[in-house]
Amino acid sequence: MQVNGSTRIVDVGSALDLVLSGDPTLLRIVGLSLTVTVTATLAAAAIGIPFGAFVATSRFRGRSAIIVMLNALMGLPPVVVGLALFLALSRSGPLGGFGLLFTPSAMIIAQTLLILPIIAALTRQAIEDLWLEYAHELTAMQIGPIGRIMTLVYEGRFALATILLAGFGRAAAEVGAVMIVGGNIDGFTRVMTTTIALETSKGNLELAIGLGIVLIALVMVINAATWALRAWADRHAG
Amino acid sequence: MQDRIVDDPTSLTGSDGPLVRLERVSYTAGDTPILTDLWLDIASGPPTILLGPNGAGKSTLLKLLMGLVAPTEGNLEARRVLGGRLPRMAFVFQRPVMLKRSAAANVAYALRAAGRSTSGNAIRDLLDRVALDHLRDRPARRLSAGEQQRLALARALAREPDLLLLDEPTASLDPTATKAVEDIVANVAREGVKVVIATHDMGQARRLGGDVVLVVGGRIAERSATEDFFKRPSTEAARRFLAGDLVLST
Amino acid sequence: MRLSFLATLALALVPIGAASVGAQETSIVVASTTSTEDSGLFKHILPLFQAKTGIDVKVVAQGTGQALDTARRGDADVVFVHAKALEEKFVADGYGVARFDVMYNDFILIGPKGDPAKVTGGKDVVVALKAIAATKSPFVSRGDKSGTHSAELKLWTVAALDPQKDKPDWYREIGQGMGAALNTAGAMGAYVLSDRATWISFKNKDSLEIAVEGDTRLFNQYGIILVDPKKHPHVKAKPGQAFIDWVLSAEGQNAIRSYRIDGQQLFFPNSEQAQRKKAG
Repeated sequence: MQVNGSTRIVDVGSALDLVLSGDPTLLRIVGLSLTVTVTATLAAAAIGIPFGAFVATSRFRGRSAIIVMLNALMGLPPVVVGLALFLALSRSGPLGGFGLLFTPSAMIIAQTLLILPIIAALTRQAIEDLWLEYAHELTAMQIGPIGRIMTLVYEGRFALATILLAGFGRAAAEVGAVMIVGGNIDGFTRVMTTTIALETSKGNLELAIGLGIVLIALVMVINAATWALRAWADRHAG
Repeated sequence: MQDRIVDDPTSLTGSDGPLVRLERVSYTAGDTPILTDLWLDIASGPPTILLGPNGAGKSTLLKLLMGLVAPTEGNLEARRVLGGRLPRMAFVFQRPVMLKRSAAANVAYALRAAGRSTSGNAIRDLLDRVALDHLRDRPARRLSAGEQQRLALARALAREPDLLLLDEPTASLDPTATKAVEDIVANVAREGVKVVIATHDMGQARRLGGDVVLVVGGRIAERSATEDFFKRPSTEAARRFLAGDLVLST
Repeated sequence: MRLSFLATLALALVPIGAASVGAQETSIVVASTTSTEDSGLFKHILPLFQAKTGIDVKVVAQGTGQALDTARRGDADVVFVHAKALEEKFVADGYGVARFDVMYNDFILIGPKGDPAKVTGGKDVVVALKAIAATKSPFVSRGDKSGTHSAELKLWTVAALDPQKDKPDWYREIGQGMGAALNTAGAMGAYVLSDRATWISFKNKDSLEIAVEGDTRLFNQYGIILVDPKKHPHVKAKPGQAFIDWVLSAEGQNAIRSYRIDGQQLFFPNSEQAQRKKAG
């Protein structure tokens, strides 16, 4: 790997050593990253899955507009989310009284807002496909609107797990929004992506690459776990 | 879904009356007429066979009876059965959708949907009736087509139906699996459940039927007792259908 | 399944609450500059302050302009930056209580080892800038309203040039922090104005070297200001003032003096107290 147009080579081996040494600062950064992103993913799931499933199984005025909007919001630029949230959470903003700016909570909210449209839109698509398949059977069993949402979410649980993973991946890889609303405070709101940005700016490329490897490894481990879960489910749950 | 059923205790009372009565019922999908001007009583007794070529409207007629679709014109009335309640109905589709869980859990789901106890005994009883108790823990989607159809029957029976509607339940099954399904249906009918079954299998009509309703081109072409239908068909459409001609309209 | 899902959800919401509560402990937010944060100074002095007072200092590192803006909105309790004119305006506008000198370091002109403008080794930064402009050698500007950026612009003015307005090809405004500017200059073989602290701690020096240093016009003064609680009532004035008092005290000044990388001192404390002590 060539850096800065010169002949200098980044030593990936020493980058890995740094990571594998289990440095407590590094572990705390990785831990905070996971806490923030897992919490944001679960919060977005708690809102996005029921909402997506409701839109999928209901007919009402403005439904098409909501679907178009959800699909459009999937591409929400993180920096814009970060900036809007920054202005809202700032002491001079409408939600300033909560004192959430530059806290992990602000980062969780930012990531939740960022991936909520993704989870809701993909859930809507997945559940609508299932609904086409199940509609007659569930109607014949006289399952009501709430019951069918719960049934379809359960029936689509493996597809939904993949959707949550997509959301998790996007949230974990994001840097712009958490940098703005978290402030990248050492030991408090510094996560993997903001550390990578910071260490790169300090010319500390080994550590940046090392953290990059951890981030990629994490996302890959979680993907593999989900894939294994799906494979297992295909064999056992039909 | 029962909004088309007239909730009037004075209509259609008496134990000899029909469970469901269709008066002047038509159903149109968009501009295409599917069913036209049907008059039909479904009374308790041996199974009623809806016979007719593909596309004649048999499935739609069953869905009308179930309340899955509403008539575009005419009336559909349900009689109150003993105890003053409306008849309970259950439906088995040609290709039933299995829930992604075990056979037992599929039955439990149907019991819960019907507001009934999901005790181990209740589940075992239903699985026994369709000879599937030995596969109770098997994921339902891993069952063979015939086993899935029997599990669908168990789910339908979980509703304790007065009227059991079956839409070509054996159309995609081999003879052995077909016989297993027919045996269960015959037993259920003997227990007093009114069975209405759509099929284009004349042998099945002969084996199960109390009476036959011949549907051709969205109209009822003939209705008679099974034996009469096959031996002494009274309409030209029925004669041609039995002779194996392509019958497209009455 | 359904129950365990709800349980997971409940668990997930706990850290949100916990994090909000955590923010209410004795901690203050200091808006400071990337140069101070990137140099590692805070990592060196903050544990000493926390050990003494128990106050947790959270540093948000931004460009000086952005840091002052953060404080103006009330999102920080203390500002610790290096652009004296802007800081004095901040206080004059009523956002800050008072400004104190803390320490200084100096800016240096960094250039590529090839030295296309032939300025390396010079002592006059203005002459060097004129030479860079005359030879159209690439120059990277922070372009982010930081203290370093405003110092750079002031030097161009002294040189009677205005590349920010004229936007010649060789002048690249990147709108990023000091480290990013050094990385970019290294990649482009460009000149760049840097504070000495960031330069010393910068790990990717590579093809870059110091071109001009020691000019008195490269003096870089840091100041500290408490955000005025009259403007923003939630400002934690007591712990904020405690931090300022400590930084200005002999103890804080010694902590700053003792921070070294590779044996080189990065910041030179010069608070009024320290000056008085030296005099007396």
